[in-house]
Amino acid sequence: MSRTREDAPARGAGGGIAPAQARSVLDARPEHSADNPLSVHAMTVAYQRKPVLWDVDFDAPAGSLVAIVGPNGAGKSTFIKACLELIPRASGRVEFWGEPYRRARRRIGYVPQRESVDWDFPVSALDVAAMGRYGMIGWFRPVSRAHKRAALGCLERVGLGALAHRQISQLSGGQQQRVFLARALAQEADLYFMDEPFAGVDAATERAIVDLLRQLRSQGKTVICVHHDLQTVGEYFDHVLLLNMRVVAAGPAAATLTNENLQKTYGGRLTLLAEASEAVARAERGP
Amino acid sequence: MTPAGAGQASGASLAELADILLLRSGVNAANVLLGATLLGCAAGLVGAFALLRKRSLMTDALAHATLPGICAAFLIADSVGLAAKSLPILLAGAAATGVLGVLAVQLIVGRTRVREDAAIGIVLSVFFGAGVVLLSAIPRLTPTPSGGLNSFIYGQAAALQRGEVVLIGAIGAGVLGATALLLKPLALVSFNDAFAQSLGWPVRWIDLALMALVVLVTIAGLQSVGLIMIVALLIIPPAAARFWTDRLWRMLLASAVIGGLSGYAGATLSAAAPNKPAGAVIVLTAGALFGASMLLAPRRGVAAEGLRRLALHLRVAGDHMLEALHDAAPDHPRGLPLAALARARGLSALHARPVLAVLRARALVSRSGGLFVLTARGRAEGARVSRNHRLWAEYLVTHAEVARTHVDWSADQVEHVLSEELVAALEQSIHSRGGTRLPGATP
Repeated sequence: MSRTREDAPARGAGGGIAPAQARSVLDARPEHSADNPLSVHAMTVAYQRKPVLWDVDFDAPAGSLVAIVGPNGAGKSTFIKACLELIPRASGRVEFWGEPYRRARRRIGYVPQRESVDWDFPVSALDVAAMGRYGMIGWFRPVSRAHKRAALGCLERVGLGALAHRQISQLSGGQQQRVFLARALAQEADLYFMDEPFAGVDAATERAIVDLLRQLRSQGKTVICVHHDLQTVGEYFDHVLLLNMRVVAAGPAAATLTNENLQKTYGGRLTLLAEASEAVARAERGP
Repeated sequence: MTPAGAGQASGASLAELADILLLRSGVNAANVLLGATLLGCAAGLVGAFALLRKRSLMTDALAHATLPGICAAFLIADSVGLAAKSLPILLAGAAATGVLGVLAVQLIVGRTRVREDAAIGIVLSVFFGAGVVLLSAIPRLTPTPSGGLNSFIYGQAAALQRGEVVLIGAIGAGVLGATALLLKPLALVSFNDAFAQSLGWPVRWIDLALMALVVLVTIAGLQSVGLIMIVALLIIPPAAARFWTDRLWRMLLASAVIGGLSGYAGATLSAAAPNKPAGAVIVLTAGALFGASMLLAPRRGVAAEGLRRLALHLRVAGDHMLEALHDAAPDHPRGLPLAALARARGLSALHARPVLAVLRARALVSRSGGLFVLTARGRAEGARVSRNHRLWAEYLVTHAEVARTHVDWSADQVEHVLSEELVAALEQSIHSRGGTRLPGATP
């Protein structure tokens, strides 16, 4: 099922695609199914009008662990953020179990990069884990005892039960990462997006995360991780999405992680793609 | 003045002060106290979220941007024949340009490459400048007396009337209620806005609600504290409160209390010494509370931090002394003099003296005839430190391929912090690589 794509013909960034046409294109893809937890079609994402991801097609199979792999600046975090509508898409369509994000939100969990928050914030590990329940609790009601128990259970699952009441700045980097994972677990989602969960963690945390990912898979859940370590990607993940401003290849890990594909992913940008992005950005800035 | 007279005078003023503190000295003083206290509480509460959301400076731009609104509201109301100095009209104008100022900052940051700090500086000064120009132009534009408008700049708590206190009270109560209601959204957005957005929470609206609360507090404080210094009441109490606690709700409570105390004490002091601008006194009180918090707070305070550092330093330097004595013991069985010990560790005699005093107090070292020598316990401790040093050096050499001549400094750092488990793991690791087995291994 491995799928290697050459440089996709660039569609107009602002144009969008008529829904009927898009559906027929989508249905023609063998890996596509409306049951897939994630289905991305022709997604282009731009920062300040400068495209950073071109025409991404991707389907994540249910119950799999998917790694997004690519060099710095390849658009891995951007891919996750655009799927979750944290940044706008210039064009394209993203569906979760055949529905738009708005309708599927309750079934989706998110683990942002650890560095994206101020860990000196005056809350405990338990408070952070409980934030995963906020979607269920609603705006104005306080966190009930049952929700707190559930959050504590999630902290215990990542081995932090004993540190639940510790202020988050007093935790190590790996422990902080596990607090974020506990918060995602507390969301009780079916599909998880994790932005570099293994970045800068200790060996114990890495093992704990891998165990957790496998538990989630055995429960039929799908996890999509930005992953940096080529040494471990084949061991930890079933599926791989090789990304470098466009999809280089996607499919089962063993078949996709070929030398040729990796060479294509890391061996430099498609020069024309990068140049076109620059040109779009320049046109916006003016001469 | 005779000493007795002086005593009498201060006694009288103390009684006066007590009267004011206990709300006994007339309706107006009570109004001022109540108003300033409520304002401080509300500002402390809202300011805590502004601080956690890292929007503290934005509140300063907002406050300064209220001045042109006050003047414009006065002119417009006057030209259409309304009572131009009615407080609600002036405050509405203040709120309008205050919000405009915030929007201007966001516009500049969003549409250009000017950074937020610069944008805030630009908006703050330009809006304030516009206000000052308007203020000076008003007497030429209208015959209606405009005296008192400039009191919004520095504030004039002593002039607070009953109706105004009711207004401040209503705003304070509203702010309290809104903050309590929005506690979860505000906390979540302040900690991790991307996650809040992924949950589908409208981050922009929550931010707007926070800004609206800041606007309310600011216009409530214009009269008493003034627009230049209201920002202090929004920043200082939460910054001081953060020193005392690591829990959000305790920080909110402490911030409200510190804000309230500042308002209360500031208004009292300025009532006791008339003609002192209340706003400045309120801010100075808050500043004093901040200073005290910064110095004295347990754990996060400067004093606590300093003590911790001193204790660590004494322990490390003590370990080094024990190590030096231990390593020198074969050649100097009767001990070493202070100067030699200090020299061995590169310390001045002045520095070495307290370190040795602590070691003697811990009964690790004893002194006889000007020579320092290890006690039985000191010998064990010195042997342990010395061994840790050599273990870590050995590990660096065998595992990290660091040259033997380079390992001493890092071993000096690490030898103090090795736990028993780490020592065991080190021994295991060195032994398995065929490194030198050190004497005194744990069985």
